[in-house]
Amino acid sequence: MNVRVYVTPKKGILDPQGATVERALPNLGFSGVSDVRIGKFIEFRLDPPPGTTLEQARATVDEMCRKLLANPIIEDFTFTVDEG
Amino acid sequence: MSPASGRVRFGVVVFPGSNCDTDAHHAISTFPDATAQYLWHKDTDLAGVDAVILPGGFSYGDYLRCGAIARFSPIMQAVRDFAADGGLVIGICNGFQILVESGLLPGGLLRNMGLKFVCRYVNLRVENPATPFTHTCREGDLLRIIVKHNEGNYAVDPTTLAQMKARGQIVLRYADAHGKLTPAANPNGSVENIAGICNETFNVFGMMPHPENSVEAHMAGGTDGRTIFQAMIDSALGRAEVKA
Repeated sequence: MNVRVYVTPKKGILDPQGATVERALPNLGFSGVSDVRIGKFIEFRLDPPPGTTLEQARATVDEMCRKLLANPIIEDFTFTVDEG
Repeated sequence: MSPASGRVRFGVVVFPGSNCDTDAHHAISTFPDATAQYLWHKDTDLAGVDAVILPGGFSYGDYLRCGAIARFSPIMQAVRDFAADGGLVIGICNGFQILVESGLLPGGLLRNMGLKFVCRYVNLRVENPATPFTHTCREGDLLRIIVKHNEGNYAVDPTTLAQMKARGQIVLRYADAHGKLTPAANPNGSVENIAGICNETFNVFGMMPHPENSVEAHMAGGTDGRTIFQAMIDSALGRAEVKA
């Protein structure tokens, strides 16, 4: 399975990097940009035991995110799990 | 529990990438009633020390998040057990980051608001002088100590922050030379100028500034850091009346 994890600063926490990029884009002529959040993208292969359902794999990845890949106190995360 | 030898034994944990471990060790060696020894991150016990220092640095290269990997070092289970048992633990800078990642302290430490590494003197206002780490101070005392970090922007959800304030867990705040909590005095954007916090039982303390770099009068840096370690020594020797 192919796993892609997206980690962003938690909603409500000011993201100074995002704010800086948001201010820079109009200077280049790109207008209408808002809510820029800069985070991390993590991808990996997951080879669970035979018979593992997609749902079970998703539960595992969710636990990985909460325990290590993201810090839920300061970060939000989403992920996708694809067969293959 | 008072040390049998009459001297407080500090354990300085060395992670791969720690770089303030030697400074912390040296700082403790300037106190006649304390000794310091290194504890390797792969150790599984604390060798019977009376207090633990998690030093500054870049443990595990700050990979993923500052302190996120150090949290899984074998010695951290012993540190957790020691803390649960009431042992004194101080985390300085990266050590503070490790404590929040470990869940031993609430909140998290984000990248500095100015997106720059800051290295400068700050004034720390003592908010709670009734902890094992600050009982040598009076409320409102100012300590002039340096910060040197890139991720010291303390963040915590409003509900937890309110509880922490009610319990007195906010121990140090960044202030100006007059003790005022101004935005300019805040080097990193920390919520409410927070520089140092305790856990609910007041035996685990994290601070971004470096008291170990302000312990000797003949060196630049002053001696304002001594009070933190002296407070710990007095607490460990049972010489202090500490409200907790």
